[in-house]
Amino acid sequence: MIEIVSESRCVSCNQCVSVCPTNVFDRGEDGIPVIARQDDCQTCFMCELYCPVDALYVSPDSEGVMGVTEEELERQGLLGGYREKVGWGKGRVPVAKHQFMYQLSRRAGF
Amino acid sequence: MTNAAASASIALTTDVLVIGGGPAGTWAAISAASKGAKVTLVDKGYCGSSGATAPSGTGVWYVEPDQAKREEAKASRYAMGGQLAEHRWMDRVLDRTYENMNKLGNLGYPFPVDENGNPYKRGLQGPEYMRLMRKLVQRAGVKILDHSPVLELLADEHGVGGAAGVNTQTGDTWEIRAGAVVIATGGCAFLSRALGCNVLTGDGYLFAAEAGAEMSGMEFSNAYAICPTFSSVTKTAYYSYASFYYEDGTVVEGAGSKRGRSVIARNLLQGRQVYAKLDQAPEDLKPLLRVAQTNFFLPFDRRGIDPFNDLFPVTLRLEGTVRGTGGIRIVDENCATSAPGLYAAGDAATRELICGGFTGGGSHNAAWAMSSGSFAGEGAAAYALKLGGTAANRSLKGLSSQSLTERRETGAAARTEEYVRAVQDEVKPYDRNLFRTEKGLGESLVRLDDLWRRQREAGASRSAEGVKAREAAAMTATSRWMYHSALARTETRGMHKREDYPAGDAGQHHRLISGGLDQVWVRSDEVAKERVPV
Repeated sequence: MIEIVSESRCVSCNQCVSVCPTNVFDRGEDGIPVIARQDDCQTCFMCELYCPVDALYVSPDSEGVMGVTEEELERQGLLGGYREKVGWGKGRVPVAKHQFMYQLSRRAGF
Repeated sequence: MTNAAASASIALTTDVLVIGGGPAGTWAAISAASKGAKVTLVDKGYCGSSGATAPSGTGVWYVEPDQAKREEAKASRYAMGGQLAEHRWMDRVLDRTYENMNKLGNLGYPFPVDENGNPYKRGLQGPEYMRLMRKLVQRAGVKILDHSPVLELLADEHGVGGAAGVNTQTGDTWEIRAGAVVIATGGCAFLSRALGCNVLTGDGYLFAAEAGAEMSGMEFSNAYAICPTFSSVTKTAYYSYASFYYEDGTVVEGAGSKRGRSVIARNLLQGRQVYAKLDQAPEDLKPLLRVAQTNFFLPFDRRGIDPFNDLFPVTLRLEGTVRGTGGIRIVDENCATSAPGLYAAGDAATRELICGGFTGGGSHNAAWAMSSGSFAGEGAAAYALKLGGTAANRSLKGLSSQSLTERRETGAAARTEEYVRAVQDEVKPYDRNLFRTEKGLGESLVRLDDLWRRQREAGASRSAEGVKAREAAAMTATSRWMYHSALARTETRGMHKREDYPAGDAGQHHRLISGGLDQVWVRSDEVAKERVPV
């Protein structure tokens, strides 16, 4: 479930408010999105992927809140990890193009 | 019937209205626009991130137009699907998928390349694919309304002529008049939190049935995916590299990702937790697996679990008709339904025509979505353009079988949650839905019929809260077509497993068509009489 909106990183673009398929966020009065309906989060990671400044963190647990803190995530380097792997963001190559996509498909058939 | 027109805060007119912005809906929108139709697309979430495709990677049934390869591709799942697929449909879906995937390459999808530097087009990464599709839809001049779920279809005596709904972010109600409507709302996974599936609640089935359309193959609706207990990420293919264990490290005999899924289910039913470990993956394949399904490893990495070496608890998560094959019945090559002016595409439509009663998900579903989307978009455009400019002047009525009210009622949200749990209690348990019996299905139907009556009486408001009430009603309606069809098929075929009829019956090599709201009915229908050479 979505657990963190980092106020220090957020640039108030509100892309997460737009792209969330289950409408979990509200625009905050200060411009920073608020997690308004956490129970509706389906743990699809799309908000995190679309966030241009890696300000969001979706915990892997789809059934409950894990209670992570931003400091902990910073220390473990977990903020923005998904977007980097998908290859979105300036100067990155989309993982869709990766040679392994072709090689795995040839070997495993999927 | 309700009169929607009076009070909607947004009123639009278009030639083709597409409901749903996943792969099928976006292809439908682009295809309709390319035929000269004015197109509007509404998505209950966000076109580009909504649905089962956007968050994951998928294979695609992309086969070069080489006769031997095509025959092999068609035969590959024919027997597994209970011989219910149709030759002619497989041919046209293979043709259209080939064409559309090549188009995607030309339009900028970043395919990987093979040894000779040629793009390799047998897979798509959801985020990339759906971001591109949104761009192409916009470029085609289609108007997109995000966060705009439909509450009901609108129709007159000539057929379907639009839809009414609400914007869940602003609360504005809307009404769109259209010459033709395409339903591309996906399947129904009953809010099980399978990856990307919580927007897939069978809404389109309900809307279609309220317009008089029929379902087909709803007995093929019991897909369950292997998934860590703590995660939403369902990617059963990867478990072909897994071994399954009990807590003490002893092997669960017979458990597997394909036929051995039943063994896992029977253990879970007895209260024995099953664990998995991807210890069958060859060392040199591991980095490939890691890159190819980025999100598969995300939950493990974030929990500090190495799935190749560590045991983790697994469950079977219901994917219902999303990876089943039942859906709205298609009556012609344009993916028209039996309701005039109404078309269906993607997982909202039956996929029996290309998979019969079984699909491993991915590949065939992705091919079906882009092909049926194109067929439906073109068909809907031709229908709407033939009608001419009459859309704005029709006297339309709302079709909702529940009364839709302007005002929200206290306690309605809690009641909806209760309805959702009640449906889930009937469709999630493995001993009801995966392993089916006359007794189990019959008992469930008594409760589900009663639940339907209560939901109909309760009605729904024209608000975000009312959308959830309509979703809950759609799930109940879906479960009733499923279980009535499952009762009628007294044999085991495709994914439909009857404990009391464990064998196939050559006398039941037919489709089951279903429909109705207060009174659900089921009848059989012939499968087109051609055979795939095996």
